Amino acid sequence: MNRAPFTATGLLVWASLATGPCHSEELKDLYFGEALYYAHQGLYFEALERLDAEVLQHDEVDEPERDTLYPYMDDAEFSLGDFELRYRMHQRAGRAITAVLEGAVDDEVRNDAAYRLARIQFQKGQMEDALLALSRIEGKVPEQIRDDIEFLRANIYLALDRPADAFDTFKRLQDSKSYGAFAAYNLGIAHLQAGERQLAIEQLDRAGRFETSDPADLAIRDKANLVLGTLLLEGGDYTTSAQFLDRVRLDGPFSNQALLSAGWANMSGEHYARAVVPWSILAQREVTDAATQEAMLALPYAYGKLDIHGRAAVYYGQALDAFGTEVEKLNGSIESIRDGRFLDALVREEIRQNKDWVIRLRSLPQTPETYYLMQLLASNDFQTVLQNYLDLADLHRKLVSWQSSFDAFDDMVEIRSEHYTPLLPEIDTEFRELDSRFRLRIEQHKMLVKRRDDLLTTPRPEFLATREEQDLLNQLDAMESRFGGGELRTSEKMLLERIQRLRGLLVWTLNTEYHERLTEFDRNLRNLDAAMATAQAEYDEFVRSRQAATHSYVGYDTPIRQLRTEVQDSIVRVESLMKRQGHELELFAIDELVARRSRLENYREKARFALADSYDRATQAQARSVLQ
Amino acid sequence: MPTFMRFLVLAVFTILVGAVCAPGFAQEIASEDTRSLDGQVQEIKSDVLSIASELGNLEERLLYPSNTQLALFVAFHDSEDFRLDSIQVVINGEVATQHIYSFKELEALQKGGVQRLYTGNVPTGDHQLKVTMHGKLKNGKDFSETDDFSFAKGIAPKALGITLAGPSLGGSPILVGDW
Repeated sequence: MNRAPFTATGLLVWASLATGPCHSEELKDLYFGEALYYAHQGLYFEALERLDAEVLQHDEVDEPERDTLYPYMDDAEFSLGDFELRYRMHQRAGRAITAVLEGAVDDEVRNDAAYRLARIQFQKGQMEDALLALSRIEGKVPEQIRDDIEFLRANIYLALDRPADAFDTFKRLQDSKSYGAFAAYNLGIAHLQAGERQLAIEQLDRAGRFETSDPADLAIRDKANLVLGTLLLEGGDYTTSAQFLDRVRLDGPFSNQALLSAGWANMSGEHYARAVVPWSILAQREVTDAATQEAMLALPYAYGKLDIHGRAAVYYGQALDAFGTEVEKLNGSIESIRDGRFLDALVREEIRQNKDWVIRLRSLPQTPETYYLMQLLASNDFQTVLQNYLDLADLHRKLVSWQSSFDAFDDMVEIRSEHYTPLLPEIDTEFRELDSRFRLRIEQHKMLVKRRDDLLTTPRPEFLATREEQDLLNQLDAMESRFGGGELRTSEKMLLERIQRLRGLLVWTLNTEYHERLTEFDRNLRNLDAAMATAQAEYDEFVRSRQAATHSYVGYDTPIRQLRTEVQDSIVRVESLMKRQGHELELFAIDELVARRSRLENYREKARFALADSYDRATQAQARSVLQ
Repeated sequence: MPTFMRFLVLAVFTILVGAVCAPGFAQEIASEDTRSLDGQVQEIKSDVLSIASELGNLEERLLYPSNTQLALFVAFHDSEDFRLDSIQVVINGEVATQHIYSFKELEALQKGGVQRLYTGNVPTGDHQLKVTMHGKLKNGKDFSETDDFSFAKGIAPKALGITLAGPSLGGSPILVGDW
């Protein structure tokens, strides 16, 4: 990559206009800015490609301190690690950040690197290493990541089954603007993990009343209430359990599970009529949801308990129909996955343009395989495999596109070669002639400059004589030499005197006009300097153009051939990996669907028996009523 | 709240509470095979990045030799009063490029990204550049600005920065400078 020097004009443009978030305030490295442009769009491959090249070039320059990236090298190294992390290249990301960590850098920079490294290790499940990375944090810590560090540290303790070490941090973070709700919830979980059930209940109760309007905080508040309600339900405290479950918002992400649990809490407390309420709501919701399906079976069960067997029979009948339809749908989905349509749906470009693409996938026509995979799609492990598959699909698209460009490159090189090859020999011949003349002129120019310089120190008027004057002097010399050294006759003497007078006149003119002539000479020479500079520039431009002509078609065969081979090999590797990764995804999906089908079939059996039983009971009740 | 932290909370929730409220919630699929496959995916990503870098260099040498190379970059000064919609660049009377901004691209510019708008070839010497930007003001009215500039192309690659700003900041909304 070529780069132009960062000039004062550019600096002023940035300095006067560039304000705003993140790097824009001070960023003056163009290529780093370009990498950020891609990164901010989530195009981490492109961002890495640009920044990698920029950092590599910075490392190779002779005077790195003059490079525009120099002031941002630490940030660039960080960003490299960050982009690699986001592009799921943990191995390289770890190396990049460790390099910064071990360099001679400020406390804030090192501590930021330590945090990022710990974050990577936490994500990879390397908890001890993550803790070790955090232990390297000392001295000044950047304010914007202080809470992040503490929250991460406390979560590592939880993952290491050391909840007691996390208590203080979570307590402190409850007042944090970013982590308040999360810390409150996790503190409850920490108590739960430590076996302090009562404290866990009290803390989850607090987390479940967290005042907020932030959607993420509201969701975590719902989760706290759901966990608390479920805990109490399992502990047999049905009435209190239902109260906490009722706190969960009806339109939140945990509402289905909460409605289901609320029904069971009331059912277990033998408040059958109360159980009907949440289950009636839930039974009307998305039929593919596991909680909804369970509610479809639970609702008529509750009516049965209320001795309303007729209605129970109706609901069992509806459930039976719905389960049958869903089993058919699942069969279709499993078949569809086996036909490879699941993977086709995942890589559909229009779906991935939307950040909620996983949800939109569900509404796609002709993709029944995705109906039952929402939970699986949302699970972290599945996401890792899925993202790898999608990344591979992107790589494949890129490689195939590059492969087609090699033919165009070959054509281009060939056309240039055909154009230049016959032209260049003639041009070179003309150039050689021009070159020798130009070199001669350069020598002449140098000689004149030297003469001017000599005249400035040692005046030599005869050097500034005009051509006519020089001819006259030569003629006078020639005439004078004819007189020899003998006795001269009178006429000869007179002639000699005339010659000497003429010489005297010439010498007089040369001496009296010397300074004027020297000034004129100097002026002419200076004009010549400018002309010579122009000629030199044109000469240089010609040389460069001549070189560029050669460079435009010579020396490409080997790199194009090598790259073509590398791209071809990579396509084969990517296809092989996609096949394996795709197969893994299909197996996960099929396993999930088979499990859901098995559960539904079980429900269907139960519904069938319960339906018959309800009819019997309804009939018996009707008969009793008639007899009475 | 960063996405990562949501992941943390989800992870902790899954570890500790998954069994309580969502039995059989997710399958454990991170087997050794998966990890090994993940390593291979990371390797191929690294290799393809290297290829992309080499290919970029090759393309630049082949398509945009340094003595004729001209690159135009766009930076944006975020303004609440103005939303950039599109830009058009005319070099020596001919349309060199035009671009309509997507939401994501605009956001990336607002966050400090620098867009490579155009890479092409011009001979050495003086050239004319006309930049036109279109957008919308906060009150819904269309806003358009065109400015003319000149620049000299030498034998080295030329990089020009176009900085765009809204009309309310004072001064010219379009600035062009060497980079």
